[in-house]
Amino acid sequence: MKRLLLIAVAAASLAGPAGAVNPDEQMADPAMEARAHKLSRDLRCVVCQNQSIDDSDAALARDLRIILRERIAAGDTDEQAVAFLVARYGSFVQLQPPMRFDTLALWFGPLAVLLAGGIGAAIYIRGRAPARSATLSAEEEAEVAELLNSDKAG
Amino acid sequence: MRRLLFLAPVVVFVAVLIGFFAGLGRDPTLLPSTMIDKPVPAFSLPPVRPEAQGFATTDLGGEPALVNFYASWCAACRIEHPFLMRLRSQGVTLHGVDWKDEREAGFKWLADRGDPYVRVGHDGSGRTGIDMGVSAVPETFVVDKRGRVRYRHVGAITAEVWEQKLGPMMEKLRAEL
Repeated sequence: MKRLLLIAVAAASLAGPAGAVNPDEQMADPAMEARAHKLSRDLRCVVCQNQSIDDSDAALARDLRIILRERIAAGDTDEQAVAFLVARYGSFVQLQPPMRFDTLALWFGPLAVLLAGGIGAAIYIRGRAPARSATLSAEEEAEVAELLNSDKAG
Repeated sequence: MRRLLFLAPVVVFVAVLIGFFAGLGRDPTLLPSTMIDKPVPAFSLPPVRPEAQGFATTDLGGEPALVNFYASWCAACRIEHPFLMRLRSQGVTLHGVDWKDEREAGFKWLADRGDPYVRVGHDGSGRTGIDMGVSAVPETFVVDKRGRVRYRHVGAITAEVWEQKLGPMMEKLRAEL
């Protein structure tokens, strides 16, 4: 019984996360199917928005997966196949947004905030009251010398 | 001056807060259309009504029109439908596309509820809708006299939407050359 359970667990752990791709959608050519699969993981489902079309069960996601495969079968490059969908649904469908003028804030916003924060922190730290000077005044030096001398004498 | 610098993070924080708060009220499902100011992609759809004409790109242009995507399985289309009937009675040029639907179901919808459309095409595969960037029904495109898409409305057309947006827009397009 225990062994059976172990085998079951081992078998279950072998299973990778399955996409929503149905067998009837898949392309006959494994290399093309692999390309389509890879591309579809980076394309956003416009119905469920936070899923890729590879993950989504939405009917429209299925249509887009099929269209993607049709484009690849028709000889499109990866870029052309993606561009076909971007032309219809906009850059929003790309889960990896391209670097463009209107996405600069998206790409470099966090860096800009970090820089602004760093500069602010630097100004603040530099602007704080300077640490008390480590050197002693002449009077203090004299006092110290006296103490040391008295020690020797003693 | 140095004292004022301490206020900077507070000012930035308040600005971010205002930005986020404004963002809360926005509908994230509304996406900008890639079709604006572009000609309607070429299509030629078979009719939904038996023995009637289908609906093709060539039916557009000449006068501004609305192209409404609907489906018999669509709940929001039920809400929208009575208003579409009203638009039709006002003489608004309204065409329909039955999107990702059985043709019979799309026709039954019109037979049961009334037919607000001048032309109705059947887009069973959904490809015409996809070419126009339709993500869900109902969706309505405003097409100008030259057959270009000028506006895309996502969701049901209500009296409010018509009075504030689509109606004035159609009026404006009618005045265009």
